[in-house]
Amino acid sequence: MPPNPPRPRTALFVTCLNDTLFPGAGRATVTLLRRLGVEVDFPAAQSCCGQMHFNTGYRKETARLARHFVDTFADYEEIVVPSASCAGTPVEAYPLAAEAAGDRGLARAVAELAPRVVELTRYLTDRLGVEQVGAHFPHRVTYHPTCHSLRATGLGERPHRLLRAVAGIDYVELPAAEECCGFGGTFAVKNPAVSGAMNGDKARHVLETGAHVLAAVDSSCLMNIGGRLTRDGHRVRTLHLAEILARTEQDGPLPGVPVVEAAR
Amino acid sequence: MTRSFLGWPAFPEAAEREVGNRQLRENLGRATGTIRGKRALLAAERPDWEQLRDSAAAIKDQVLAGLEQYLLQVEEKVTAAGGTVHWARDAAEANRIVTDLVRATGEREVVKVKSMLTEEIGLDAALEAAGISARETDLAAAIVQLGDDLPSHVVVPALHRNRTEIRDIFVREMGRHGRPAPEGLTDDPAELADAARLHLREKFLGAKVAVSGANFVVAETGTLVVVESEGNGRMCLTLADTLISVVGIEKTVPTWADLEVFLQLLARNATGERMSPYTSTWTGTTDGDGPRAFHLVLVDNGRTRALADPVGRQALRCIRCGACMNTCPVYRRTGGHAYGSVYPGPIGAILNPLLKGLDEEQTASLPYASTLCGACNEVCPVRIRFTDVLLDLRAQVADGGKHPVERAALGAVGAVMARPAAWKAAVKGAGLVGPLLPARTPVPGWTDNRALPDVPRESFRSWWKRNEGERA
Repeated sequence: MPPNPPRPRTALFVTCLNDTLFPGAGRATVTLLRRLGVEVDFPAAQSCCGQMHFNTGYRKETARLARHFVDTFADYEEIVVPSASCAGTPVEAYPLAAEAAGDRGLARAVAELAPRVVELTRYLTDRLGVEQVGAHFPHRVTYHPTCHSLRATGLGERPHRLLRAVAGIDYVELPAAEECCGFGGTFAVKNPAVSGAMNGDKARHVLETGAHVLAAVDSSCLMNIGGRLTRDGHRVRTLHLAEILARTEQDGPLPGVPVVEAAR
Repeated sequence: MTRSFLGWPAFPEAAEREVGNRQLRENLGRATGTIRGKRALLAAERPDWEQLRDSAAAIKDQVLAGLEQYLLQVEEKVTAAGGTVHWARDAAEANRIVTDLVRATGEREVVKVKSMLTEEIGLDAALEAAGISARETDLAAAIVQLGDDLPSHVVVPALHRNRTEIRDIFVREMGRHGRPAPEGLTDDPAELADAARLHLREKFLGAKVAVSGANFVVAETGTLVVVESEGNGRMCLTLADTLISVVGIEKTVPTWADLEVFLQLLARNATGERMSPYTSTWTGTTDGDGPRAFHLVLVDNGRTRALADPVGRQALRCIRCGACMNTCPVYRRTGGHAYGSVYPGPIGAILNPLLKGLDEEQTASLPYASTLCGACNEVCPVRIRFTDVLLDLRAQVADGGKHPVERAALGAVGAVMARPAAWKAAVKGAGLVGPLLPARTPVPGWTDNRALPDVPRESFRSWWKRNEGERA
């Protein structure tokens, strides 16, 4: 192995939701990756992957965003995404969007780019080969495996392994964890009653764990569940997994969240 | 009067009504929870489960690719074995054929083996209009019929009812259609089963004409297969003089060796049993044994339309096990009636639009009756990729100009997102909850039962620029 191989040029695709509403997830991703020696760049031209358009049926509109995504990230060797569902868009949606738009050039560009788009926890465990990321988080945490992370992206136990390796954490399993929270993008507004019923059950399960923090790898689902918990007056904090993994002993406990004795 | 789903409201409206029914949600949660648990155990005990699913999908695809030839083979073999084959383009034609066949026997009452296809085409109502009483003999189907109700599940049509509701239906209705419920009937399951057995036995023994569907038709011999749990099917299939089987054209399998694959999958996936208690097979007629006349009515009713859809055609692999609905988090909160069809849940959300087209608001609403969570994909015994079909149907709805306002809104957002300068300006604009949602404004649907997130003081990109400078 040659000494000091050139680092891949690594880009962060923060996602439009994190950029605008959950910037803490993006900042934590940068902090975490740098601590692990990854020099990450943020191409400022980036916007939205187009998942919402695609999932609602608007494939030609998705193709426009796919072209923009390809143009923005073409020069990078790896594109890290702190969202399982948005990381899936280039793989799952772009080929079909390119087909709908009749754009063969886009289809080729997507086929070339998509394998370089990696969800954050997979990037940590599979590309960097780490589970112990030097994090410290002395709080009771439960984890919701989002549908996309579980079934489309196939993250499996990766997020759980990362969480269990965090120093000081009191990790508790979520009952009926694999059931959808009811967000489903535009489903939440097209079918509010059903979405609300699903979300109510998810929130109830979160409360049953007694956890003070609910983690996930998709801010969209956390926005849904957190919105329910907040409306019902519960103080459970919702955090992107990166925000837990980014914290170290120097940071101390998270202000406003009860500290627990380490379970291990 | 037989109820039907005709004129049913679109999914969001129907679902909102159902989801507010606490009793229904409890019944659904309990029933689907039990079946899911049993199914998971029995699927896990087969080391070749995934290969069985692969085989089943491949066999069905083979049938669909050569459907015409297989159907002609069925016709030839059934005819050679003494049966008569009828072809029905749609529900009206199928109902007319069956009505004429029953009329020709001179009978006024027929017994039925539970069949989703006859529910789909509204056969009971058609027979009733012709003065013929069709009595359901499957316990759950009988509960639905006695209660003047509609089926809510493809395997367990009365899944939405608990035993107390069933007792009340029996006490109220049985006497009007034959032997009344015993005095002092309680909601004990064994007592309820006894009451049904006594009521139904009279029907079996008196009936000269039986109507069934079929789970499979084996093309190489023209053999029909019915899989059931109660023995009512066996009674109907053997005791009647005339048997009329109404079957969708996609039910064909090429050979008995192929049937083996499906019989291993169906019961495990549908009811969590290694095998169903009764698997009946018959080929045409046999002198001195069983019905003397056998009619097979092969029904299209939208199936060739579905077959013409390159993505959607996989829905025709469906063997009606119901596992997709048992696992669906949407179905488990709304029940089956919300889908406005005898095919509810994930399979209903794709099959109804494929069979009927997307012109009606009701069918066009079904592809959106899903969070795309993908749980159905994982349990389907014939590997239907429900999420792929849902997404494709949504694209068809969107391309059909159904939602012009939505298209304009998403198009405008997309235009901003595809232009870096416009997007940056939008993100930096004060008080924006994403460029979509003005802050602190109630969002229809969202804020019904959730708070909006707090708007951060600084977007990620502003933080990055402040700390890193624009590098890219």
